[in-house]
Amino acid sequence: MAPESRSPVHGERGRLLVFEGLDGSGKSTQARLVSKWLVARGYRVFFTEWNSSELVSETIRRGKKKGLLTPTTFSLLHATDFADRFERHIFPPLRAGYLVICDRYSYTAFVRDAARGCDPDWVRSMYSFAPPPDKTFYFRVPVAVSLKRKLASRQKISYYEAGMDLGLADDVETSYERFQTRLKREYERSVGRDRFTVIDAARPVEEVHADLRREIRPLLDGFPTETRLTHADEGVAG
Amino acid sequence: MRTRALQASTYGTRLPGLPREPLTGRLIVVEGPDGSGRTTEVSLLRDWLEIQGHPVVESGLRRSTLVAEQIDRAKQGHTLGGTTLALFYAVDFADQLENKIIPALAAGSTVLADRYIYTLMARAIVRGASRAWAQRLYAFAVRPDLVIHLDAKPDILLHRSIGKYGSLDYWESGMDLCLSRDRFESFFLYQDRLRAEFEWMTPEYGFHRVDANRTPTQVHADVRAIVRDCYRGTLVDAPVPEAAPALLRARARKAAAG
Repeated sequence: MAPESRSPVHGERGRLLVFEGLDGSGKSTQARLVSKWLVARGYRVFFTEWNSSELVSETIRRGKKKGLLTPTTFSLLHATDFADRFERHIFPPLRAGYLVICDRYSYTAFVRDAARGCDPDWVRSMYSFAPPPDKTFYFRVPVAVSLKRKLASRQKISYYEAGMDLGLADDVETSYERFQTRLKREYERSVGRDRFTVIDAARPVEEVHADLRREIRPLLDGFPTETRLTHADEGVAG
Repeated sequence: MRTRALQASTYGTRLPGLPREPLTGRLIVVEGPDGSGRTTEVSLLRDWLEIQGHPVVESGLRRSTLVAEQIDRAKQGHTLGGTTLALFYAVDFADQLENKIIPALAAGSTVLADRYIYTLMARAIVRGASRAWAQRLYAFAVRPDLVIHLDAKPDILLHRSIGKYGSLDYWESGMDLCLSRDRFESFFLYQDRLRAEFEWMTPEYGFHRVDANRTPTQVHADVRAIVRDCYRGTLVDAPVPEAAPALLRARARKAAAG
């Protein structure tokens, strides 16, 4: 193995790459593509996405039925879920020297909780156990694009996803659009503070992907590969 | 009548999405480890306050309808990490705060809390969280009017636990911390660490320390003196007959069951 290099950002042997952005911004598609590319190049890659665990979805269902959830309990519940995912799935591979790819990280909580009226400093201090990533890609899209992609996917928009608890509008679609507008405002506020690498994600998928490869390559300098997969031809490894 | 605005009464963080009712009731917290006589004290105090016309609502830890069951389940498996467990407890606490403690205070009741954020903070800190993190995490809690800390030596706690249950509890001995494979040894190490955290919090949060190495009657006399100050003379110190507390407790249980 090549001499160990530690991340200048968090000091662990691995590297942490985070994909953030609104629903429908294309970040999940790209996070998967990037993972495939890195695996093909022989790196040890760990991919993880922040979809609510059973614990959270079950509790949210129960809380919603009884009308018990408030912005504070909602925020704490998601922090619990993230902590579980962090302690179980993100930190161990990061320490062990993997390239950890996160489809959503603590920033998702920052914007969502701020949009619900929680004290932003309180939320950030709660998540301070999560180290800053080596690179955070923020997939910037207009809210209209996010909404169009979401509707085209024909997934049902859930009550909390649409921010219905905030009383922004009576119908789900309008509420969703207003809530996403708030989220986008919070994301844009974080760009400088959290050193986001902004990706113009309204462009075609392949163009966006080429940008990502260009951004990620310098991070891999001196980062050890495992055995190169024999079938990884140069086309894939680009 | 004294009132406090809700948003001005926390340890620094707002609680969004709640009605803006002022809090007119008093919040009295009784802290102390298992075996410190906490539960006995809470029930004596409740009787004393209610006899004098102050309605009491009790709260405790791990009693929320939202996640209490899931915490119990998770603990059985011993699979949660320290940060996750600390946050899980915070969900449970926040749920009780918002759905039980705050409404009761807004209605003018006295809330008697059988443990509060301080136990949760101490537990999180001895499991590796920083003090600053734990303090910030619980900054949404309503500041109590009084915090009574029943402080007892681990030696006394050990004897009370053995006397009551015949054994030492896994969690109360901090076995998950792997301080020692020997449960007795682990118990002492763990209780010492918790105690150190309470010592640091005492000036920080203005705890009233009560020596709980004594009998319940002696402890209760001290607690009454502290609580009396908090009600500023509105409490009549009517002597409660020795037998009254037990009688009242039985009735209270029946009322709660019905």
